[in-house]
Amino acid sequence: MTEDTAGTADGPGGTAAGEAFGERAIGAAGALADPVRRRLYRYVCERGEAGRSDAAEALGITRTLAAFHLDRLAGAGLLEVERRRLSGRQGPGAGRPAKVYRRSGQEVSLHLPPRDYEAAARLLAEAVERAGAEEALYAVAREEGRRRAAEAEGAGSAGAPVRLEEVARALAACGYEPVAPAAGQEGGEGGEGGEVRLRNCPFRSLAADFPPLTCGMNLELLRGTVERWGGFQARTAPEPGGCCVAISKNNED
Amino acid sequence: MSDHHLAQMNIGALRAPLDDPSMADFVTALDPVNALADAAPGFVWRLTDEGANDATATRPFGPDVIVNMSVWEDVESLRAFTYRSADHLDLLRRRRDWFVPLGRPGLVLWWVPAGRLPTPEEGGERLELLRANGPGPDAFTFRDPYPAPGAHTGRERVTEPG
Repeated sequence: MTEDTAGTADGPGGTAAGEAFGERAIGAAGALADPVRRRLYRYVCERGEAGRSDAAEALGITRTLAAFHLDRLAGAGLLEVERRRLSGRQGPGAGRPAKVYRRSGQEVSLHLPPRDYEAAARLLAEAVERAGAEEALYAVAREEGRRRAAEAEGAGSAGAPVRLEEVARALAACGYEPVAPAAGQEGGEGGEGGEVRLRNCPFRSLAADFPPLTCGMNLELLRGTVERWGGFQARTAPEPGGCCVAISKNNED
Repeated sequence: MSDHHLAQMNIGALRAPLDDPSMADFVTALDPVNALADAAPGFVWRLTDEGANDATATRPFGPDVIVNMSVWEDVESLRAFTYRSADHLDLLRRRRDWFVPLGRPGLVLWWVPAGRLPTPEEGGERLELLRANGPGPDAFTFRDPYPAPGAHTGRERVTEPG
């Protein structure tokens, strides 16, 4: 006998049916319903990691309030906590280690009614590999990249990005969480400073199982975008946890 | 340190002979990428032809099928080299430029006692095992890795670090 009716054999939460209805994800999303908590979450994600005092100061709230909300976010599985001594103080008198928060490795996704696009993506990726249809995928990705570039130009008032910082801002809309090069370093000789690095891989779990395929697709997606804007290039630059692509200005510029 | 090492073999069906101009990018990349492997953390050994720096002349699986075979300390060191070095990832990404799809698994991983070097014949048997039964303790893949004998009981899923 199969269970195809939600909520028959099992109760409302912590069950197979509950999971299908995203109980855990709803809990996590619920923790973000509070606007202060949402701002804290974004602050921690943008910073990479943050302590209670930095976060409180940045948001203009008390340290106690920041601590309360940060711990709620950690409790919901959205942030993870590490205890660390700050500013190099050690030994007796250094005080208790401070809590440092960063985004957790858990992914939260919520589709109601239940949807499973990730399973579909895996099956499609496996089929592309088996058929050796990578070229078709790359071509499609490049076209999509160009479409995104046009869309971003239309959305912004400034037209196509010219500077690397503008590229970073435009890619932020696609979920890459770019880190723009520090001011003054732009146009350097291809060093770290002359590149936009992308801190988030939007295809993370697929990339873990199908690395060349997914990273290849992502590279072509970004190439399509930055080449349409002109003056930029994208290259493979794998980085643990981040996106495998870096973007820089064309050398001949 | 484990008393087992990870053996890896993959085969590729060439689109054209290695001296064909269409294969130039692949051939040019061989030496630098092999040097990268030799220097990578966890690298133990790789198959080479006598008097050569690679194994492209070894063709036990057919005249157009080349073999890549190596030994590593563990799955994670091989995974790091395979997927987290830009030069090697670029080769994998472009593999269809140079290799015909096999339509079945072309890469197999298995454990060997540390110090014993695998042979292409053995690799061929492991590949057949993988193709016949799917991933298991005697023949597996990056996607479905199995622990070294005696390391743990049951199946071990190796996940990407956060």
